[in-house]
Amino acid sequence: MTYIRPSFRHPGLPKNDIGFTRADYEGAISTLCAGCGHDSISGAIVQACYEMSLEPHRLAKLSGIGCSSKTPTYFLSHSHGFNSVHGRMPSIATGAYMANRDLVYLGVSGDGDTASIGMGQFVHAIRRNLNMVYIVMNNGCYGLTKGQHSATADAGSKSKDGAINPFQSIDLVGMALELGATFVGRSFSGDKTQLVPLIQAAMSHPGFAFLDVLSPCVTFNNKPESTKSYDYVRAHLEATATIDFVPEKKEITVDYAEGSSKNVKLHDGSRIQLHKLAPNWDPTDRGSAVNRLYEAKSKGEILTGLLYIDQESRDLHELENTVHRPLNSLQETDLNPGAAALENINESFR
Amino acid sequence: MQQLSGVNDMVVRFANVNGTGSASANNLFAKSIVRMGIPVSPKNIFPSNIQGLPTWYEVRVSEKDYLGRRDGVDIMVCVNPQSMMKDVQSVRPGGYFIYDNTKRLHEEFIRDDIHYIGIPMMELSMKNYRDPRQRQLFKNIIYVGALSLLLDIEFNVLEDMIKDQFKKKEKLIPPNIQALELGRTYVRENYEFPLQLRLERRDLVGDRIVIDGNTACGLGAIYGGATVVAWYPITPSTSVAQAFERYANRLRIDPETGQKKFAVIQAEDELAAMGMVIGATWNGSRAFTATSGPGVSLMNEFIGLAYFAEIPVVLINVQRGGPSTGMPTRTQQSDLVSTAYASHGDTKHVLLLPANPKECFEMTAQAFDLADRLQTPIMLMTDLDLGMNDHLSPPLKWDDERKYDRGKVLNAEDLERVKEFGRYLDVDGDGIPYRTLPGTHPSKGAFFTRGTSRDEYARYTEDGAAYVRNVDRLVKKWNTAKTYVPAAELYQDGKESDTGMIFFGTTTYAALEAMDILEADGLVIDSMRLKAFPFGAEVEQFVEEHDQIFIIEQNRDAQMRTLLINELDVNPGKLISVLNYDGMPITADNIKGQIINELMPATVNHK
Ligand SMILES: Cc1ncc(C[n+]2csc(CCOP(=O)(O)OP(=O)(O)O)c2C)c(N)n1
Ligand code: SF4
Ligand SMILES: [Mg+2]
Repeated sequence: MTYIRPSFRHPGLPKNDIGFTRADYEGAISTLCAGCGHDSISGAIVQACYEMSLEPHRLAKLSGIGCSSKTPTYFLSHSHGFNSVHGRMPSIATGAYMANRDLVYLGVSGDGDTASIGMGQFVHAIRRNLNMVYIVMNNGCYGLTKGQHSATADAGSKSKDGAINPFQSIDLVGMALELGATFVGRSFSGDKTQLVPLIQAAMSHPGFAFLDVLSPCVTFNNKPESTKSYDYVRAHLEATATIDFVPEKKEITVDYAEGSSKNVKLHDGSRIQLHKLAPNWDPTDRGSAVNRLYEAKSKGEILTGLLYIDQESRDLHELENTVHRPLNSLQETDLNPGAAALENINESFR
Repeated sequence: MQQLSGVNDMVVRFANVNGTGSASANNLFAKSIVRMGIPVSPKNIFPSNIQGLPTWYEVRVSEKDYLGRRDGVDIMVCVNPQSMMKDVQSVRPGGYFIYDNTKRLHEEFIRDDIHYIGIPMMELSMKNYRDPRQRQLFKNIIYVGALSLLLDIEFNVLEDMIKDQFKKKEKLIPPNIQALELGRTYVRENYEFPLQLRLERRDLVGDRIVIDGNTACGLGAIYGGATVVAWYPITPSTSVAQAFERYANRLRIDPETGQKKFAVIQAEDELAAMGMVIGATWNGSRAFTATSGPGVSLMNEFIGLAYFAEIPVVLINVQRGGPSTGMPTRTQQSDLVSTAYASHGDTKHVLLLPANPKECFEMTAQAFDLADRLQTPIMLMTDLDLGMNDHLSPPLKWDDERKYDRGKVLNAEDLERVKEFGRYLDVDGDGIPYRTLPGTHPSKGAFFTRGTSRDEYARYTEDGAAYVRNVDRLVKKWNTAKTYVPAAELYQDGKESDTGMIFFGTTTYAALEAMDILEADGLVIDSMRLKAFPFGAEVEQFVEEHDQIFIIEQNRDAQMRTLLINELDVNPGKLISVLNYDGMPITADNIKGQIINELMPATVNHK
């Protein structure tokens, strides 16, 4: 069932630059388990869009199938949404983006949806540098089908029904870096301070912005030894940097000590201001990101934050050299060569 | 010894080795006959291989304008030692076997009831050309030169074609003409010519063009306004997307910026291709994919989503021999059931059934209107024979007054006016709801598209009653579709016989020829050509009015017959199958034989 929120808004609620309240970015009431990490991520998405003053109808939200993929119902009810089929959201997003390059595309997937059934489409969306935000709500299990191991489950971990996972887990962040993703970040559903600016930066990035968000499944995979549990993640978080997202019109207000801060200018004029915590790491150097990731992993730590950004990113429409006008706005006069041209074509076949 | 004779009525078959450049020489031969005003129907019979295996090119010349295949070879041009035994055997008694006599023909290839004409193609080519690739290519042109004297092809027609072909590479014109001359000179010095089987200029071609169905589909998509194409290479459909891209690069470039008013995405597989089409059309572009049976199998889950979530889709299925990888380079009409009912649950889809390139063009363009109007997948069912072979076709036509029918899409102003928008509300009573596109209005018209059950306002629900209301509305829409799809074509005014025959697609050529032959034998049969599924009222009436009806199709399991029985609730006993499924296009003789066998078994047994 979908539970619709009452649409009454208190007149005194704060509004963003374009006159919307935070509630205008909310969706239906969630039907996920109480405490599910996915709900916190939905909250972060609402917060991010509200703060960015994004017009809700200029965003399209897409997902595959899973508990995670249900969440687009629970945020941005004034945006068109598409809950597609299991593992195939990237292709839907690709087609949608080709049709209209002017909207923001926000994709939500799960670790099952992405790392198993949808691995092929995920890889190829990266390869094409599809301009979208791709969030994996990563809980190391298949929530919706009741707790089976996913491909990101820890080797040796035990599922709720007692099965041991003998296989190594896939690290989607490492993979995305290797595949050439132009924006890679990792975060934790419980760390809104980090997650909100990361989502905002991802939405400003012209290209495939991948966010692997650890999101504990309280029902099936929240044992303290699971690397996707609240306890474990909290104890082993290692952030690359604190992150602030600074929209185009705003001034940078926070000042960090010389040498530890880095500003990354984004395509749309906005900036990310990072206060670096990780040594030997530069967010614009893919190699350093890969090295930091492996170092952290070998110490049993989970590296979070912005890991890599390619400031020269050229997205799919640029690579395809399509017109700037959205293809879905072209009319007969743009599209149809007409009867006379067809007569010439006929002549070439005589 | 008997000699086959006659004017403008023959089958010439070329036996070549794949990848040796024979295609353009054979094409030159076929097209020169068309330019002499005589109808031809060429067929490529090729292996699933790039280089080295046998390949055949068969040209039927028919003054009576019969464009289907005919069994039996009158003139065999054999330049492939690999297949020679089979090639010798395929010649009809009294026919001609033209071969390369650079080396002596071995005894075992000698039949005493056919005529042998040796042309030293290799020797002539070696003597006159130095480059190894040229030697191979000109060997082919040499046999075309020889044939031109033997069959009376006008030399200036050939010359003009060579000049046309190499307009941009003029250096190649003289050596090509020289190769033609080499073949002609050899015939002139060694044989009597022309043969008794020969050609003579006519004026039977009119304004028709020679084009393959896939190119026509690609052009249809250009004219139909497609902007997004997503595909994955598979024979025999590959050249649809390629033709689209080739013409789009000529006709759809912004003159100022050089940028494209289209996007062609070669997807990672057919699942992704279908997903991209769905994403694009959901977002308001016209989009299509082209594939063949194996691709449709992969797309099944998505096709169900498009059906249930009511998203326009155009899918061009260029059918080949199945199941599995089947016969990838042979033709069949064997995906009818799997495409009509593609996906799980209760699903059914609109099929369009073109029979020639002109219809490939028209129906592809029309498919986009239908998809937008009906908000559902539209499947264009062609096949390898139609898609990859050249056909003599009426010219492609476009009416500049014609406007695209974008169906029921609400824009921002509409949304201001509409009291309440429900994505799946049947406002007009035709089963077709209204949709909105992402990004249309800041506060109105947003909805959630999903493959799970939902109510009229697109809200997720597991309520059985709401589900039933929805799928029953889809049946209503299906009935509405019957009034939009092209009607079946009848070949007589009113009813002339109690016996009927039904055919569609590439079976049409042979069926119409069979109809003529049977009529000459005194057997009148009413004929109907299907152009679409679901079947309109005219199909129902035809089936009702006739006592027995032959259903002619190119698959093993009589799939169209199954659709007729299933959808029209007819007595299966009335519908008699005439089938061909060996991968070669069906022939009129085959159809006639099967019909006679059914109607008068005794006569056939006599033979
Ligand atoms: C083709 C197909 N196969 C299987 C399923 C069943 N199924 C639904 S959700 C799911 C796994 C979801 O796991 P994940 O993506 O990690 O999402 P989570 O529920 O954990 O958030 C599966 C296997 C399906 N919907 N479609
Ligand atoms: S099963 Fe797990 S993933 Fe699904 S809603 Fe419950 S807690 Fe969340
Ligand atoms: Mg999961």
